[in-house]
Amino acid sequence: MAAAATCSTGTRSTGSMVVAASRNNVTSFQRRGPRTSGTDSGCSRLVSISGTRPSVRNGQLLVSTGLPALDQLLGGGLAVGTVLLIEEDKYNIYSPLLFKYFLAEGIVTGHTLLVASAKEDPADILQELPAPLLDDNCKKECDEDICNHKTESNVKMKIAWRYQLLPKIEARPVSSSRFGHYYDVSKRIPQELIEASKWHGFFLPEKISSTLNEDPCSLNHGYIKLLQFIQNIIYKEGFDGSNPQKKQKNILRIGIQNLGSPLWGDDICWTENCDSNCSLTKFLYMLRGLLRTSLSACIITVPTHLIQNKAIIARVTNLSDTVVGLESFIGSEKETNPLYKDYHGLIHIRQIPQLNNLICDVSDVKDLAFKLKRKLFTIERPPAGNQSLHKENISLFMI
Amino acid sequence: MFPELNNLLNTTPDQVEQGKLTLLCDAKTDGSFLVHHFLSFYLKANCKVCFVALIQSFSHYNIVGQKLGVSLTTARECGQLVFLEGLKSAVDVFFRPQEEPHPLQFLREANSGNLQPLYEFVQEALKPMDSGEAAWRCPVLLVDDLSVLLSLGVGAVAVLDFVHYCRATVCREWKGNVVALVHDSGDAEDEENDILLNGLGHQSHLILRAEGLATGFCKDVHGQLRILWRRSSQPTAQRDRSLTYQYKIQDKNVSFFAKGMSPAVL
Repeated sequence: MAAAATCSTGTRSTGSMVVAASRNNVTSFQRRGPRTSGTDSGCSRLVSISGTRPSVRNGQLLVSTGLPALDQLLGGGLAVGTVLLIEEDKYNIYSPLLFKYFLAEGIVTGHTLLVASAKEDPADILQELPAPLLDDNCKKECDEDICNHKTESNVKMKIAWRYQLLPKIEARPVSSSRFGHYYDVSKRIPQELIEASKWHGFFLPEKISSTLNEDPCSLNHGYIKLLQFIQNIIYKEGFDGSNPQKKQKNILRIGIQNLGSPLWGDDICWTENCDSNCSLTKFLYMLRGLLRTSLSACIITVPTHLIQNKAIIARVTNLSDTVVGLESFIGSEKETNPLYKDYHGLIHIRQIPQLNNLICDVSDVKDLAFKLKRKLFTIERPPAGNQSLHKENISLFMI
Repeated sequence: MFPELNNLLNTTPDQVEQGKLTLLCDAKTDGSFLVHHFLSFYLKANCKVCFVALIQSFSHYNIVGQKLGVSLTTARECGQLVFLEGLKSAVDVFFRPQEEPHPLQFLREANSGNLQPLYEFVQEALKPMDSGEAAWRCPVLLVDDLSVLLSLGVGAVAVLDFVHYCRATVCREWKGNVVALVHDSGDAEDEENDILLNGLGHQSHLILRAEGLATGFCKDVHGQLRILWRRSSQPTAQRDRSLTYQYKIQDKNVSFFAKGMSPAVL
C-alpha cells in the first residue's frame, strides 16, 4: 500500500525524517507544526494530508469515519486503502447515518468525495449531510456540564484580552486539521461547504444504458460501470500516484450505498441459488485492488439481512477489511427488554483488519449499543442489567 | 518464523522436509499468522519461494516479514522470491486487457474459469534452473488464499485441479513443498468451500487448523491450533498424530502453550 509505505518510513524514526529533509535541501531543524488534538506531530511533512493521522500501532495512515466513538472502536480510525462494510439494520434507518457521517467528515477535512447510489441522486445525498459542530460550540452541544464553565472562561481574560481573541480567528469556518469532528444530525450541512468541496456522483440509472454491452466477465453490468468510474477518477485525479502532483496529496472518500440490493441489478437478495452469485464478491475484490493501490478509503452499506445465501455473507465479510453490523431494536423482542430501554440498537464490530501487523486492536468490549439522540449518534456499553432486574425481583417478593 | 511453532512441528530451517503438501485452515479466526510463519521459514531455509498472494498487498507481507527477520524486497531482487501480487495484477488484467495470457486471466472469463495460466506461471517461476548449480534448496509454492478463488467465480473442482497439478509438478517432480491457506466457513454452509477443504484435507501431509476458542473471545488466548500429521511414509509408524495447542499472538512472535496453561491463567 502506497500510503502505508510512505507513512511508515516517515514515522518509524526521526532519523529518516532528517534524511528526507536534507534531501530537499532544507535544514534538519524544522519547527513542528501546531500541535492539534489527536494528530501525531511526528509525521513527516511528506505525508501531511489534512484529516489523516498515522496509527500509533503500525504507522498506518488513518482517516476518521466521522464518528469519534467508532474511530476509537476501530483502533484509531479507518485505514487508508481499506473498505468499511456496514451491515445494514433491518429497516435501513441507522446505516444511512453512518454513511452520511463518513461523507460529511470528508467535506469538512477537504477530501474528495465519490458517492455512488442506485436509489438516490448523489446530489440529494450530499444535501442531507449533518452539519458540523464548530470548535467553539462543539463542547457546549455535546456535553451539558461544560457550558457551566464557559462563562468562567469569558471572565478570565481581562488583562490578556488579546490572547482571548486568538482561537476565534480562523481563516475557514471549520478547522480541518483536527481528526474526527462532531456533527449535529438535526441540522443540514451549510450549502457553502458543499459547494467548496469536490465531489463526484455515480447515480446508477443515469450511467447505465438500456442496451447491454457484451462483457465476458461474470460481473453485473452496474458493478462494471461503477468500477470503471472509480478507476477513472483515481487515475485522472492522481490518487494512485500516477500523475505526480505539485499540489498537496489528498484522500478520495468513496461511499457506495445499498450495494448488493436489487436496485444494483444483483439477485443475491431474492434467491438462494443465483446465477451470478460471485458478482458482488468479484466486485469487492476488484474494489480492494483499486483501494490498495491508491490513497482512498471506502464505506459500503450492504443489506446483509436480505441475502439468502449465508455463504455469500461469509465471503463478503472475508473480502472486506472492517465490518460493522447494526442491529436495530425496532420490531424485535429486544425493544421491550428493560436492559435496552435507553438504546435504539446494538452495534457489532465483526472484523478489524490486521494490516502490516500480526495482531490487531481488538477492543475488549464486545457488547455495544447505540442510540440516536436528537443531535448525536452515540455508542455506549449498556449498563449491566443486574441492578434493575434485582429491584423488580425484590418488589415482586414483597408483594 | 516462530521458534515455538518450529519446535512443535519438529522442523528447523536447516532440515526441511521435501515433497509435502501443507494445508493451513482457519475457522472463526484469522489464520494469516501461519502464512507469515511459513513464508519467513522457507525464506530463511534458503528455498526458492513462489508466493501467490491474492488477498493482501506486497508491503503488508514485507512489513510483517521484517518483524520476523526476513526482507521480502531483498529476496525478490536476488530471485529467491517470486511474488504474484493478486490485487495489483487483478486491476491490470481487468481494466487494461492484456494480449498475452495473464496468470489471473480467469477474472475476465464468465464461467467457472480455468486456472491453467496460473499454473503455468507457477511452473515458470519454480522450475529448476538449467545451469545445474543448486542455488536454492527446494522450490516452495505458497498460496494465500485459495478460498478467494471461489469468491472470484472459479469452481471448487478447478481449484482442486490446480492444486493437483502443482502437487504433481512441485512436490513430486521437483521435490518441493506446497503450502496453501483455505478458510473454513463453519456453519455458513458454503458447499464449494467444504468440497475444497475436504479434498485438500485428504491430500495433505500436514494440516494446521487455527480455530477460535469455543467459549468466545479472550484477550489472552487468541485461539487454538490443531496440528495433524497425515500420510506418514512408514506404515508402522503412528498414523495421523494430532496435537492441540492454544496460542497468543504478539507483536513479533506467537507463543504456544498447552490447553488451559495460558500464562494469564496460571
